[in-house]
Amino acid sequence: MPIEVYLNQIVSGVLTGLIYGLSALGLSVIFGVCKIVNFAHGEMMVIAMYLALLAFQYFGLDPLLSIPLVCGALFAFGYALQAGLINRLIDVPDHMQFILLAAIAIAMVSGCLMIFGPNAQNVQLDYAYDSYEIGPLLLDKVRVFAGIAAISVAGLLAAFFRWTWIGKAIRACGDNIVGAQVTGLNVKHLFALAFGLGSVCIGAAGCILLLLVDVQPFLAVEYTLLAFVVVIVGGLGSLTGALLAGVLIGVSEALAGLFIQPSLKSMFSFGLLILVLLFRPQGLVGKRA
Amino acid sequence: MIKLWLAEIPPRGRLYFSLLLAVLLAAPLFVDGYALSVLVLVFYFAYLGQAWNIMMGFAGQLSLGHALYFGLGAYASAALYVHFGVSPWLGMLAGGAVAAVIGAAIGALGFRFKIGGVYFAILTIAFAEFTRILFDHWLWVGGSGGFFLPVSGRTGNDILSLRGSPEMFYYTWLAFTVGALILCRAVLSSRLGYFWLAIRENEEAAQALGINTFRYKIFAVMLSAALTAFGGVLYAFYNNNLFPSAIFSISRSIDMLLGAIIGGVGTLMGPIIGAFILTPLAEGLTVVLEPLRDLGFKFDGIKQVFYGLCVVAIVVFQRRGVWPWLRRKLRLSPGGAQ
Repeated sequence: MPIEVYLNQIVSGVLTGLIYGLSALGLSVIFGVCKIVNFAHGEMMVIAMYLALLAFQYFGLDPLLSIPLVCGALFAFGYALQAGLINRLIDVPDHMQFILLAAIAIAMVSGCLMIFGPNAQNVQLDYAYDSYEIGPLLLDKVRVFAGIAAISVAGLLAAFFRWTWIGKAIRACGDNIVGAQVTGLNVKHLFALAFGLGSVCIGAAGCILLLLVDVQPFLAVEYTLLAFVVVIVGGLGSLTGALLAGVLIGVSEALAGLFIQPSLKSMFSFGLLILVLLFRPQGLVGKRA
Repeated sequence: MIKLWLAEIPPRGRLYFSLLLAVLLAAPLFVDGYALSVLVLVFYFAYLGQAWNIMMGFAGQLSLGHALYFGLGAYASAALYVHFGVSPWLGMLAGGAVAAVIGAAIGALGFRFKIGGVYFAILTIAFAEFTRILFDHWLWVGGSGGFFLPVSGRTGNDILSLRGSPEMFYYTWLAFTVGALILCRAVLSSRLGYFWLAIRENEEAAQALGINTFRYKIFAVMLSAALTAFGGVLYAFYNNNLFPSAIFSISRSIDMLLGAIIGGVGTLMGPIIGAFILTPLAEGLTVVLEPLRDLGFKFDGIKQVFYGLCVVAIVVFQRRGVWPWLRRKLRLSPGGAQ
């Protein structure tokens, strides 16, 4: 095969990988601050995809334009979940907490199945088949838009955590909860905000992903695991690590799709997850805890 | 030995248990086919909950990927039967052995590399999903199109090749459920069982006492995996169709912990009580909602939604499960059937 084929595949892998990175940021924020392992991650993402799909079907809204709406809904959901349920269960043993989230996840995915049915659905955009030609490269317009949107949202989030007062307060809760309490921060409220913000990442990633992927309920587990792969490969709590690992996974999936069957590509990332868990559980850029 | 066990159970507990068993043994005489299938479902949850409980409840290792062992048992026995005509009972041994070996391998990798807590749980999910995709592409066992067992010639019950009436399967499931209960009780009151409890409560302390925690954790995974695989065999021959997306799915793994979580993790009766609470409620729900189906509502996932909400309710209101609470209410407490 000519080299352009590989290059094209790699670039499209990078652009898809940015979305994976954005979605994984959501997992990372929620774990980093609330210490909650969100097993319902992919399920929330699928719900975001369905919301964007509904916005498209009923109002003809481009998924990229529905990002603020969907993110608002997901923020409310995440905030409510943390404030109403998880905050009350601080003292449950870890395994109960995982099982709780996994059970919520199953309920969510089955709820989607009831409402939307098992068939894959997608949005038909008029620019779906347009592309940019840059030298030997042929870039899908949707993929370029998707990549730009993912970077923008991730950038906004980073800026929020770095420069705003609330962002700093949330980071303080994540770093040292007792210290945060002593300085008079409302930790429960900030936890809920953090869960909400993580959900915003998930919502944005879901909307963007709808440009590229047909949505169906059973994608959820795959995305949950994918986010774990990205977060674990990148190292928990590292923002750039998550984006880099997202890109790495995106490219490796794209190449795996080229060399072997596309349907085998997620086996590749699960394999990678197993290897990283075994040999470098602190992640590629993280430090050992 | 048996006398000793019975002595630990208060007389009233023995009475309730015998009554329940007698009712279950006689049930096929006076209930219809639907009720029988619901009871089989109860045994499914009770048996698999018991198997999962060995790993989490006794040895304290959380697995969210038990669908893997279930599927290995199901596929191994079904493939041996369809391709080579091997009896499912031999297939069960093969499937159980495969599952135990794979379980030992996963456990060894996880424990050797000190992967604990959530990372171990994710590792188990990753292996299950990996295997699901593998079976999706393995055409010798039907790939994603599914693998089917021949259902022809249902003349009489052939227990040797597990072909027969629902009643036969009912008694087989019942026997396995009771068998698993007895086995777990035996193991739990043995040296091995005490080692597991020590590991569950405080692994470092157990190690300091000279318990080879690595070895006994592996034993827990192996026993749990093999029993789960047996359940997979019964499922395969009862349902006659296997699809990787259904057999190896995460929601199957969740199925297995439901009974134990609802009934009470780490208790012997928990998975059974949990299954008896969960299944009739879920079935009742579908029956109640049935008229709405004609109005165009879809309820394909309603049971899973209900199961999920049940777990949420248990974690919020009765974290240790229903059985410890029920045992107090029935005054079966001291040393009761655990």
